[in-house]
Amino acid sequence: MSRALIHVPPRARAGEIIEIRTLVQHPMETGFRPLPEGGFVPRLILRRFECIYDGAVVFAAELHPAVAANPYIAFRLRATRSGGILFRWIDDQGAVREERAGIEVI
Amino acid sequence: MVIGGGFAGATCARRLAAQGVAVTLVEPSPTYLACPHSNLVVAGLRGLEEQRFGYGGLREAGVTVVAQAATRVDPNERRVVLADGGRLDFDRLVMAPGIEIRFDALPGYDEEAEDLLPHAWRAGPQTDLLHRRLAAMDDGGVVAMAIPANPYRCPPGPYERASLIAHFLKTRKPRAKLLLLDAKDDFSKRRLFLREWETLYPGLIEHVPLAQGGRVIEVDVAGRRLVTEFGSVRFDVANVIPPQRAARIARESGLVDRSGWCPVEPLAFESRLHPGIHVLGDAAAMGAMPKSAFAANSQAKVLADALVAIFDGRRPVEPRLINTCYSLVAPRRAISVAGVYRPGTNGMLADIPGSGGTSAADASDEDRRMEAAHADAWFAAATNESFG
Repeated sequence: MSRALIHVPPRARAGEIIEIRTLVQHPMETGFRPLPEGGFVPRLILRRFECIYDGAVVFAAELHPAVAANPYIAFRLRATRSGGILFRWIDDQGAVREERAGIEVI
Repeated sequence: MVIGGGFAGATCARRLAAQGVAVTLVEPSPTYLACPHSNLVVAGLRGLEEQRFGYGGLREAGVTVVAQAATRVDPNERRVVLADGGRLDFDRLVMAPGIEIRFDALPGYDEEAEDLLPHAWRAGPQTDLLHRRLAAMDDGGVVAMAIPANPYRCPPGPYERASLIAHFLKTRKPRAKLLLLDAKDDFSKRRLFLREWETLYPGLIEHVPLAQGGRVIEVDVAGRRLVTEFGSVRFDVANVIPPQRAARIARESGLVDRSGWCPVEPLAFESRLHPGIHVLGDAAAMGAMPKSAFAANSQAKVLADALVAIFDGRRPVEPRLINTCYSLVAPRRAISVAGVYRPGTNGMLADIPGSGGTSAADASDEDRRMEAAHADAWFAAATNESFG
């Protein structure tokens, strides 16, 4: 897995609904692509995405082979307290990629 | 009746008149400013007046030119209403109204922003304005381009423009940078462009594709920033190319579907929403065929011949269409992509497998120079065919 891009507003008011945007570079190889010599390119996709904030999973998504390369996931959450927001992507082979971003809640 | 006097409408009108059909062209502008080659104007390598064509050649060919805007089409009455209140009846209507810039698509980029940050995606005052902005910029400045997702007019156009702006900067402002913020990862002739940029303009152009957060979602005109999904970029000169859709008259006539473009069948480009009305050029959703002047000219000739067949009670011949897009990467240096199309099984124009292609990656400097000469020859031939 290469670059991940995260957008989290640096500051929010307590209770405010904020938009989070994420984009991770990943080929999302479907497993359905034939090889010239026969057989298929082995499947390797991101299976799961999670966002952990204020001690709980606040957003999660199951990804499937129809999801395009470089998955872009945007969602909203309610700002409750200052601290870190953890983003986690897990692939078919169980490899985990994590990114963190901070938010100040005023 | 033909609405719109660009490459599609003018070519179609002239070819119909040449075959004895009584044709009226409705076009409010007394002259036409062509987009192909206008990136040379942006870079200060060509005068805007060289892009201008009149309608005298159409009148000479027997076309009745009505210098009015069409404000409404009544498909059931087969009638066009003009801005001065006049009405014109038609047997068949050809709509070639072109594109409209979507000022509702990018927050911050509205009609007023256009004067400050020119899109220059329709040749005219905007083209000169963008050149003046570049010429007035301090050396060491940052030029940023916002490039939209498909479909839009002239798929390789933003990259030709980037090449020629880079040439301008390299020769006039060597410490400046050109940043391309792109809403897509792949683009027409991508490998050729990237290779040419590496050779001709090393370190000058930075291309940020979608996967690296290149999509611009907002324009901060006062703060001189382009806002992307994951950050923002300060610029000294910006060229925002906004998303586009079929021109207003097509929308108001009920020819446009949710895509923003006009769905047509692939034999005579008859609207799928209003039979008896044919749509040509950039306003139409032509399947695999791109929105280009070359394509518009090809489609116009096919349609003129199809209409003659229809008027004679014959069935139009299943067409084969060609498109070639030349892109200058520097003065007198060009690359190209060509495609050949036929009606496909999906009811839209489709690529003919094994046809077309791009210039060779390892072509010689002489080949690249020849391609620029071909681009000039094509421009002369196409404008001659359209305007006489």
